[in-house]
Amino acid sequence: MLKPKTRRLYLISALLLGFGGATAFMLVGFSSSLTYFLSPRQVVAHAPPVGETFRLGGIVETGTIQATQSGESLTTRFDVTDGQASVPVVYTGILPDLFGAGQGVVTIGAMTPGGVFHAKEVLAKHGSTYMPRDVAEALKKAGKWNPKFGPAPGPDALGSSS
Amino acid sequence: MQSKQDAGKLPARMELGRRRQSGWLHYFANPGRFVRFARPVLPWLAAVSALLTVTGMVWGYVFAPADFQQGNAARIMYVHVPAAWVSMSGYATLALCSFFSLVWRHPLADIAAEEIGPVGAGFTFVCLVSGALWGRPTWGTYWVWDARLTSVLILFFLYLGHIALVRGFESRERGYRAGAILALAGVVNLPIIVFSVQWWNTLHQGNSISLSGSSIYPSMLYPLLVSTLGFYLSFVSLVLARMLAAIMERKTSSLLLANAEHDA
Repeated sequence: MLKPKTRRLYLISALLLGFGGATAFMLVGFSSSLTYFLSPRQVVAHAPPVGETFRLGGIVETGTIQATQSGESLTTRFDVTDGQASVPVVYTGILPDLFGAGQGVVTIGAMTPGGVFHAKEVLAKHGSTYMPRDVAEALKKAGKWNPKFGPAPGPDALGSSS
Repeated sequence: MQSKQDAGKLPARMELGRRRQSGWLHYFANPGRFVRFARPVLPWLAAVSALLTVTGMVWGYVFAPADFQQGNAARIMYVHVPAAWVSMSGYATLALCSFFSLVWRHPLADIAAEEIGPVGAGFTFVCLVSGALWGRPTWGTYWVWDARLTSVLILFFLYLGHIALVRGFESRERGYRAGAILALAGVVNLPIIVFSVQWWNTLHQGNSISLSGSSIYPSMLYPLLVSTLGFYLSFVSLVLARMLAAIMERKTSSLLLANAEHDA
């Protein structure tokens, strides 16, 4: 016969293992719906039906940003890429400060019949690299800039399109 | 079967049990010994944690350079990141105390669990609010329901639930048992918070600091580490102070009760 506290130790450890395992299975099962956004590759492979709202995330492809001002509203066209596929996006409204070529974005909207993603909202996704501006410029000058850091600083980081 | 035997001669068995107990765990589980140890340590600990926190803040907000992309908005990390780490470590400690409480019935573990709750909830709140204030200028939104943000919000609710549950019973013991079970069940949330940015696409960025290194430039990393140490020690100081107060409160009320019985 086990001592009560040994029995409690086994019982609680077993319950924790069971609960943890059950949660793990659940997370694996629901994994696709826990993903905050789809990548261009996933969208190109099997696009969600036209008009259905979803989130598209990736990098703003350099050289694809086209801004057109009509009256009060600013319409921006750009491609979102993950290096393997890219999806054209059109968005009317104010963009976050960090938006720019080579920068990560998450856009919320739906596909149009023409195969263009019509975004209702654009969020900037920030990378995990932090450094002072002078260091970033020195790295770039020395040709040691890693694209993983995000877009290189300087005049071409923003509005490189036009 | 055993519990029936126990019920008859509980005080004698407890006495015997206490004498048989050995090892460091049981040594520090004694509330009296804890008070004798913690009371002289607390003022020093509080002073050091205040010094480190202030140093980290001033260093980060005045002397550290602005980020090449975010500019001054990046400085929120000197509050946000330490608060996030402390809120998770605090929950891990709460769960450990709950485990000791359920298995070995340590009275000190119960007191610790009860007092960690509000402090941990406070740090989690700071983490959520500072993150939202950073998100507005950086992402363009205060809040999104991605896996990282949602799992931290769940952590906050777990803390709140624990606070309510521990205090929600007529009998203190039952509150401790119920709170401990909630705290242990909530542990599954911790790896979800930590790995959410790797397992799923999230708007929240990946980890800047890992066991293999950091992608934060040293002139920004050092103030972050100082303020992290400050936050951790502040958490410990606050919990120790609350635990001392709780033990004193219990002593006072039992003394008052004994006096009242004596007078009557």
